Amino acid sequence: MTAALALGDDALVLSHRLGEWAGHAPVLEEEVALANIALDLLGQARVLLSMAGDEDELAYLREERSFRNLQLVEQPNGDFAHTIARQLYFSTYQHLLYGELAAGDSPFAPLAAKAVKEVAYHRDHAEQWTLRLGDGTQTSHQRMRRACDALWRYTGELFQPVEGLDADWPGLETRWLESIQDILGRATLPLPEGPRTGAWSAGAGRQGLHTEPFGRMLAEMQHLHRSHPGATW
Amino acid sequence: MATAAAQRTARTEADGAPDTADTAAFQHAFDAAVAADERIEPRDWMPDAYRATLVRQIAQHAHSEIIGMQPEANWITRAPSLRRKAILTAKVQDEAGHGLYLYSAAETLGTSRDELLDKLHSGRQKYSSIFNYPTLTWADVGAIGWLVDGAAITNQVPLCRCSYGPYARAMVRICKEESFHQRQGYELLLALSKGTPEQHAMAQDAVDRWWWPSLMMFGPPDDESQHSAQSMEWKIKRHSNDELRQRFVDICVPQAESLGLTLPDADLRWNEERGHYDFGPIDWTEFWEVLKGNGPCNEQRITQRRRAHDEGAWVREAAAAYAAKHTRGTGGTTGPGETAHETGHETEAERA
Repeated sequence: MTAALALGDDALVLSHRLGEWAGHAPVLEEEVALANIALDLLGQARVLLSMAGDEDELAYLREERSFRNLQLVEQPNGDFAHTIARQLYFSTYQHLLYGELAAGDSPFAPLAAKAVKEVAYHRDHAEQWTLRLGDGTQTSHQRMRRACDALWRYTGELFQPVEGLDADWPGLETRWLESIQDILGRATLPLPEGPRTGAWSAGAGRQGLHTEPFGRMLAEMQHLHRSHPGATW
Repeated sequence: MATAAAQRTARTEADGAPDTADTAAFQHAFDAAVAADERIEPRDWMPDAYRATLVRQIAQHAHSEIIGMQPEANWITRAPSLRRKAILTAKVQDEAGHGLYLYSAAETLGTSRDELLDKLHSGRQKYSSIFNYPTLTWADVGAIGWLVDGAAITNQVPLCRCSYGPYARAMVRICKEESFHQRQGYELLLALSKGTPEQHAMAQDAVDRWWWPSLMMFGPPDDESQHSAQSMEWKIKRHSNDELRQRFVDICVPQAESLGLTLPDADLRWNEERGHYDFGPIDWTEFWEVLKGNGPCNEQRITQRRRAHDEGAWVREAAAAYAAKHTRGTGGTTGPGETAHETGHETEAERA
């Protein structure tokens, strides 16, 4: 089930990236918040991957070319601003998409109805930090701007239609752009310029074409599980 | 009891520095309150040494939660199943939460989190020496849950009745979550022990490495423990180090048996006469070395903590600058993280 894999992989991979923050956050409250978001996403991933098969087999035994996540979510954490920009772009998208799925009657409706509440919280967290970093100090403004610019090229892929997901993709994209423009504006940040996709990257993650850091991420994630074939944990 | 409470609250009506007669009366009221098992609260008079002891102990406890995130977070990205990954992430999140409660409890004594973190980073305050040991395999996550959290609970449950109210209340909440973690650790080890021969060996190896350091968590033997007598008199501490250590050994031996794992102590055997397990001598040289900073991970743990703090400075400055621009009156540094924490979801231990 391509759509379940696409959404499940997004949640799984982003959760993993957020898990890398544990013990490294700038303030204790963010240790709690980032782990909380990672857990919500992991919970979503487990439901979605289970719709497509066995969650652990899918998470631990597929190779890079079989993962269907967006390139955006696999981007390394970078500094706190990069993590927040990634969260802002993704959670705004996820909030809009899950809102639509929750209202529909696809197999994803029950999950989306539960997850949309969690995602609203993630989006709020990202928005609040975007405002603080953008409109905080000169340093934080520059870092936030750099982060928003750097990740901009991965946002076009968000609105490539996913097979099996009935959504108003152009409508989602319009509302996403409005929302991002509004938040960045309030954060005193300009809307990034430049293309929203690389020359060959539109829809690439969904087709199993990933960026280089992703393979190393999977190597770490899968190593132990693969070292003990057939074991239960 | 009512008299003691009335006398203690008289303190808030006294202006200026109390004279000697007042101090004697306050001391008397304090002693009476402790003797009557009443709780001492932040606005009550308390001896300076009591305050200092509590700050030291609560701070060290808070620091242990924060540093203790590292050895376990070391395995979040490598957890072998999604279920285990969720449990471990929730646990590490709980530890950050425990650190927050404890820093708040310490702050009621007139210090601040920033000040305490500064003391941790500069080595002026300590954290539990157990976290200076490395997590080398996945089974270590289970051994930490079963043994390290188990030892912590044995130490901490009596603190729920500690004479200082804010600390006692923090401990009630923390102990609930810790028991949860301990059961999860036990269950993790059980899965390994009953798994493949390689998994069983991994579990045994972890227990072999964590057993003695866990026994050291109860502190030096009673005749070498500096603060014990005074802390027991103040009812901060309810049992001696050796008493608690014995209690822990007695609990662990049957648990190890049902896990199908052995404990690395040739001298461990039931003593019918005492009604307790006898166990072998602890290597106190190793204990003092780790305490002095010469354990396997002391340098690494404090370096990572400092780096996280230093690299996060610009984020905290941004939050403060934003708050100053956007809030009127009290220019607090309330960041969105705090909102997230306070309005956060149910206890992660409960949800996992």
